[in-house]
Amino acid sequence: MSQPLNPIPVNPSAAHAGRIANEFLTFRLGKEEYGIEILKVQEIRGYDAITRIANVPEFIKGVVNLRGIIVPIIDLRIKFNLGTVEYNQFTVVIILNVSGRVMGIVVDGVSDVITLAAEQVRPAPDFAADLDTEYIIGLGTVDERMLILMDIEALMCSAEIGLTGPDIH
Amino acid sequence: MDDLSEFHDVFFDEATEHLDGMESLLLSIDVNAPDTEQLNPIFRAAHSIKGGAAMFGFQDITELTHEMETVFDRVRKGQMPLSKDLVDVFLISGDLLRAMLAVRKDDGDEVPQEDVTALCVRLRLFLEPEAVADEISVTVAAHQVKVSSSDAVQAASAAPPPSSLAKGKSSAAVPEATVKRRKTKKGVEKSLSAVAAEISTIAPADQVKVSGNEAVPSSLTSPSAVEEKNDFGLFVDPATLPANLPEAAAMRPGDIKIDELKGVTKAEATHSATDASSIRVSVQKVDQLINLVGELVITQAILAEAASRADPKLYQALSQLERNTRDLQESAMSIRMLPMSFVFGRFPRVVRDLADKLNKQVELKTEGEGTELDKGLIERIVDPLTHLVRNSLDHGIELPAVRQAAGKPAKGTITLRAFHRGGNVMVEVSDDGAGLNRERLLSRARERGASVSDSMSDQEVFQLIFEAGFSTAEKITDVSGRGVGMDVVRRNIREMGGNVEISSNLGAGTCISIRLPLTLAILDGMSVAVGKEVFIIPLTYIIESLRPTAADVKAVSGKGKVVRVRGEYLPLISLHEVFNLRPDAPEVHEGMVVILESEGRKTAMFVDALVGQHQVVIKSLERNFRRAQSVSGATIMGDGRVALILDVAELVGTTAGATAK
Amino acid sequence: MAKTILAVDDSVSIRKMVLFTLRRGGYDVVEAVDGQDGLEKALKYQVNLVLTDQNMPRMDGLTLIHSLRELTNYHAVPILMLTTESSDEMKSKGRAVGATGWLVKPFDPSRLLDVVRKVIG
Repeated sequence: MSQPLNPIPVNPSAAHAGRIANEFLTFRLGKEEYGIEILKVQEIRGYDAITRIANVPEFIKGVVNLRGIIVPIIDLRIKFNLGTVEYNQFTVVIILNVSGRVMGIVVDGVSDVITLAAEQVRPAPDFAADLDTEYIIGLGTVDERMLILMDIEALMCSAEIGLTGPDIH
Repeated sequence: MDDLSEFHDVFFDEATEHLDGMESLLLSIDVNAPDTEQLNPIFRAAHSIKGGAAMFGFQDITELTHEMETVFDRVRKGQMPLSKDLVDVFLISGDLLRAMLAVRKDDGDEVPQEDVTALCVRLRLFLEPEAVADEISVTVAAHQVKVSSSDAVQAASAAPPPSSLAKGKSSAAVPEATVKRRKTKKGVEKSLSAVAAEISTIAPADQVKVSGNEAVPSSLTSPSAVEEKNDFGLFVDPATLPANLPEAAAMRPGDIKIDELKGVTKAEATHSATDASSIRVSVQKVDQLINLVGELVITQAILAEAASRADPKLYQALSQLERNTRDLQESAMSIRMLPMSFVFGRFPRVVRDLADKLNKQVELKTEGEGTELDKGLIERIVDPLTHLVRNSLDHGIELPAVRQAAGKPAKGTITLRAFHRGGNVMVEVSDDGAGLNRERLLSRARERGASVSDSMSDQEVFQLIFEAGFSTAEKITDVSGRGVGMDVVRRNIREMGGNVEISSNLGAGTCISIRLPLTLAILDGMSVAVGKEVFIIPLTYIIESLRPTAADVKAVSGKGKVVRVRGEYLPLISLHEVFNLRPDAPEVHEGMVVILESEGRKTAMFVDALVGQHQVVIKSLERNFRRAQSVSGATIMGDGRVALILDVAELVGTTAGATAK
Repeated sequence: MAKTILAVDDSVSIRKMVLFTLRRGGYDVVEAVDGQDGLEKALKYQVNLVLTDQNMPRMDGLTLIHSLRELTNYHAVPILMLTTESSDEMKSKGRAVGATGWLVKPFDPSRLLDVVRKVIG
């Protein structure tokens, strides 16, 4: 109903051309550390007051009210089968703005925002993570850390997540 | 020349209004006894469009409206009779003009000049059938002589009927190509006189009849004007004009008033520039306002809930604020409301064209055109309603002979009616046609392998016409009867948050009632609790709610549970099962059942408890998510949480499917 | 002091065009939507020039001119007919009821301004 507040514009060159953006928000999911383009992130908030939706996969937790708009929440921990998940005051939701839609993802914990130069990013090998290579931009290295750079837009809009797909019937 | 394009939009709107007005007059006019009060506005519509089109340089529009104006000037002066043919040609002309306007608005395909020219010729034929026919033969002959490449001749003999006139009558079959050749460069204003001039060079003057005063060149016999140019003239000595008089001499006693009134004049001029008492505002702006007010309502509710635990004075002030907010919301919503006449206005044409095609006689009546509905709903009701009206005409209304044999007037009646009932707007399409045949519907359903039984209520049987692929038409026509569409009609209406009911008497007619919410933005709902969740049931579906005893609930093998309510066994839906929740009240007799009715079917819905009645702001789930099963939308409750709004029509529909088996 | 012109036409697009052109030309403009409205506005404001269409609902241009000429204050105010009908018949009728002159529609804005300047300066 209402416009998302402070929408963050999607950077087309980041999404397509070299598929390398400058800044990444990093977070943990299980043992891996991931990075997503900061331009796709609208805000970060806690996990609360979720309303469940009938007959959807378990990883779609439901919807929340984000200042008047209804936003679906996906738990990526469940999606990637990372064992038992807990929801407490430390559970973090990253609110994304991708393809004109606002949605939230639950991850294990947000680390920081880092800047990667093009030479710090290399193509992902086939066995990089629990994540299909289709949704991986590449691997980034900062000091001793290795980041899996996730194409969050492609993932969230994929049939696999089924968030934006056709009606559930 | 100055750029006039900034006035184009005003002209498009104005021309469209004229065309709408003209069409409705043409449709309502009695061809045999036309009323001057109806003829004059039709003439003026053509005249005004022509004036504007000429001003803005839209040649084809000017050309066509000029012919329309000329013909209708005769008609309104009683110099020639009105005929159904003429009305037809005018309606087609109106359609073509709309297409021409659409092109200018970058909203349509180019209108072939042949179509315009052919229509102009058809119009001219009304004036002087022989003269025009002569004209044509004379000019064809002339071209045969003069044009050595003879492309005109080839084109004339091979000219296909113009596309947009394919359904028109045969009078359009004059050789368009020759007419086209004649188009003058100087502009269509002069086309008729140009034609006359052309003819007069070929035929002896006394054999040529030319209609319209325009044919006589004005400069030849003008009354003694003092100063005259082609486009401007003065009857008085220019020296006596104020422009040429000394200031003092030009002043007249009354002139002094200008000084006094000047301020007022300016104010008045500014005021009249906005014209009348309405303003045009973009829908986007209105929607933004409504969204903001919606937010305000929610914030207000959150505040009120917090304050209820605090200061009673604060609470009181907030209650006042709540009323103000509601009023504000209602006012904001009302901006989006449009009268049903926007929808009904198109039907005289639909009915007329279709009745002609089917050789049926039908009168269309409309009631409650002033009933207002949200703009979004107005737009979305057009298609379903058109389908229902066509269906009524095709399957409902019988052929005149059949009607007379049944002792009914040869002319059938279709009535469109809109009115308020409770918090809803009802739109009905009723006819005095053949009515629905229960037995035939049942046998047709059996043929299709559907599980039906003779014990089904009439309402349930009638609803079968909305099943996909279901049609009882004995013969398939190209109007309807392919069995596609009626299911779409019901789906569209459900998506608008409405439902459809049918009543019918065999031999006497059918009435299809569409119930719609007043607006897409808010609804009156009952909130119910299941476990930790709260759901909203639109109030319009709720008949009653009650707490059944354990003995009232029975399990029927293969059909789930039923509950007995006032001697009637109703299928039972457990909301916690639909949403896979853990209920606080696992057994039906520990909770509440809400009796719902949709499209004539009753269903009991089992919930933990009733929470309360609210007016809720409808939020789209699909904006960021997608359509979810059994849910028509969402809203935000006073505590800021999201509550889902149940899609009752869908829920009730699923139980009906289950119990039928 | 800007001169005031009464523009009478039932077509809103033409009225706006006339209004816009004349305002830009430095005139004050009062609009009227038909002859009846024109007469009322003429009574309310003493204008320096009347431009009127012929074919309008309620009251046509000729009737308006005729009615205006009955008024003392409008005996000598120039009145121009804006008409698509450039026929002699229409001109004779216009002359008979007291029109000052005529201007054929369609016209372009600069032409309108020329004519108005010629008549009232």
